[in-house]
Amino acid sequence: MGSIIKQAGWILLAVLGAFALGTIALARGETINALWIVVAAIAIYLIGYRYYAQFIGNRVMQLDANRATPATRLNDGLDFVPTNKHVLFGHHFAAIAGAGPLVGPVLAAQMGYLPGMMWLIVGVLLAGAVQDFMILFVSTRRDGRSLGDLVKSELGIVPGVIALFGTFMIMTILLAVLALIVVKALAESPWGTFTVAATIPIAFFMGIYSRYLRPGKVGEVSIIGFVLLMASIVYGGHVAADPYWGPAFTFTGKQLTGMLLLYGIVASVLPVWLLLAPRDYLSTFLKIGAIFALAIGILVVAPDLKMPATTKFIDGTGPVWSGTLFPFLFITIACGAVSGFHSLISSGTTPKLLENERHMPYIGYGGMLMESFVAIMALVAASVIEPGVYFAMNSPAAVLGTTPESAAAAISQWGFVVTPEMLQQTAKDVGEATIISRTGGAPTLAVGMAYIFSEMFGGKALMAFWYHFAILFEALFILTAVDAGTRVGRFMLQDLLRTLVPPFRAVPDLASSIIATLLCVGAWGYFLYQGVVDPLGGINTLWPLFGISNQMLATVALILATVVLFKMKRERFAWVTVVPTVWLLICTMTAGYQKIFHENPKIGFLAHANKFQAAAAKGEVLAPAKSPEQMQQIILNDYIDATLAAIFISVVLSILVFGIRSCLLALREREPTTVEAAAVPINTVSA
Amino acid sequence: MFSELGKFGAYLGQTARLMVGLPDYDNYLNHMQVNHPDQTPMSYEAFFRERQEARYGGNGKIARCC
Repeated sequence: MGSIIKQAGWILLAVLGAFALGTIALARGETINALWIVVAAIAIYLIGYRYYAQFIGNRVMQLDANRATPATRLNDGLDFVPTNKHVLFGHHFAAIAGAGPLVGPVLAAQMGYLPGMMWLIVGVLLAGAVQDFMILFVSTRRDGRSLGDLVKSELGIVPGVIALFGTFMIMTILLAVLALIVVKALAESPWGTFTVAATIPIAFFMGIYSRYLRPGKVGEVSIIGFVLLMASIVYGGHVAADPYWGPAFTFTGKQLTGMLLLYGIVASVLPVWLLLAPRDYLSTFLKIGAIFALAIGILVVAPDLKMPATTKFIDGTGPVWSGTLFPFLFITIACGAVSGFHSLISSGTTPKLLENERHMPYIGYGGMLMESFVAIMALVAASVIEPGVYFAMNSPAAVLGTTPESAAAAISQWGFVVTPEMLQQTAKDVGEATIISRTGGAPTLAVGMAYIFSEMFGGKALMAFWYHFAILFEALFILTAVDAGTRVGRFMLQDLLRTLVPPFRAVPDLASSIIATLLCVGAWGYFLYQGVVDPLGGINTLWPLFGISNQMLATVALILATVVLFKMKRERFAWVTVVPTVWLLICTMTAGYQKIFHENPKIGFLAHANKFQAAAAKGEVLAPAKSPEQMQQIILNDYIDATLAAIFISVVLSILVFGIRSCLLALREREPTTVEAAAVPINTVSA
Repeated sequence: MFSELGKFGAYLGQTARLMVGLPDYDNYLNHMQVNHPDQTPMSYEAFFRERQEARYGGNGKIARCC
């Protein structure tokens, strides 16, 4: 009887989800309330969790509640600690949530909310959450070892090195694109620049406080830091309005790029307790707090979506990013549906903290569902803005011009209603000089969040505060990621150089560390600069590259999971990982190929290079180049971008070949060939 | 009721600290006492510094995502 009631609850939930989806489907041509999307997403997530995640856990993985996890076997109270599952869920979610799931859906909104919403929901259920969950399983059964290590031991040493190299390239593009988002958000914005700059002295103070004044008082120092941060947002408004300090904090994109590069080098050599750690406290708590606030805001305000379900830009002519719905929507959404980077977290700290194998569906699969929900909220935030304003913010200056009049004229031609007064009024509401061509996703999300927050609390008067709060929240964790990422990149590069260039092993530690830092910052700095000077906004070039690389890493992780299933002699369940692998391969290969060879110069790097080459041969100079030398530079950039896309393709293809080989070898065996840590019953392990 | 709330608060604090890489200190002390009674456990200050270095010290570990 009890089970019938339980099943009835799930059926009711399914009906509710179907009803919400039906409402969305039937509301073509009229505005729809955001709550329908939220309800549909949550209902489908819960059903996916209840049935698919449990199926994978029970049948595919055969999780064993009595088998000791690394946390219990290797418990040291430090790295390996059996942790309450809700506490670990919070830790895991905080580690996987970042800028990716927020920016991707905002950019994807150029095709309307429907395509993005569908891929976020389907993608997470069948690909993203499966990947996170499978890698958590594979790593937990192997003492919590890292993805690179696992590829090495399950597929071979060569694929291991290839995966490490691929990860470094992905890291470089990631840091460049994250830094570009910050530059785009802060350029010509004295208020934003002041508040973000203020986080540096605030972090210094917090660092000294938590090391010397009141050692280890994390909660206390975070509250102090938070109060100072809020004060800096309020004060930033006065700074921006000041006739002297306003211009003093107004920088161009190029100036900000220089500052970020310098920051990247200096921050990565400072002691961690001084800047990185305290700012990580602020950014982590602010991130979690802002996500909660946004969820409550959407529930309370229940805004209508002004963006249509689909726009005419699904044909690939959109101004925000180029390319047709397939494959580029899937590349653009990235992290909210499936993110290769999560495989590094699921094989990092989380498996070392897992108390019981049966907690894996909740943490691995459930954690990713939560991330997808964050992406749904970002999509909602981008869709509550007037579409005309959305396109004014996200289209490059090359198509809009720089005045409200020219922008409104261009956007009206696309069929969206917007007046110059609307654009000026929005800019005034959020306390900025202009909102035209504020590309990169962060400013758009900030306008959407400011709209929702101010509806809930404070009205128009506080809109500028909320806008800069949202900008600060994004910039803060992006800068933390740049700082931490440069440290990790340096380490990976040193490792790679020692493997690939034997003489490098003789270089003293300090020198090799400095060389690796400069190389690492130089690498992401190169792509950042290229993006900043790009008249099409840079996001056009870098975001697809980032998306492709991230999905490629996911493909590598899913191939690893497939190999493990074959080696466990559970190939009859291999479709669980093979289906998403094949889909990701199709998307990323098509996108990668189009980015290199597509004949439209807006999409294909080589076509773009040819266009500039032809012009250069005739002695012409095309924007953004101002001289023949700059023409050559753009052509070189195109070739580098094309090479990078080719490298990503070859990394994943070679892993695919090694993966298939390992699967075939495993098929020939009669017994499982996988090497797991010994199965120890949980009751034989002391606390 | 109040003890339940207190428990919830303790878990919340533990979650927040673990999010920034700081596991439970009491649990560490307990672990040392049970399993390594011969060793002196680190003071909270030393424990805090050790964990900070482990999380951020640039040993190639990736502690966060994009």
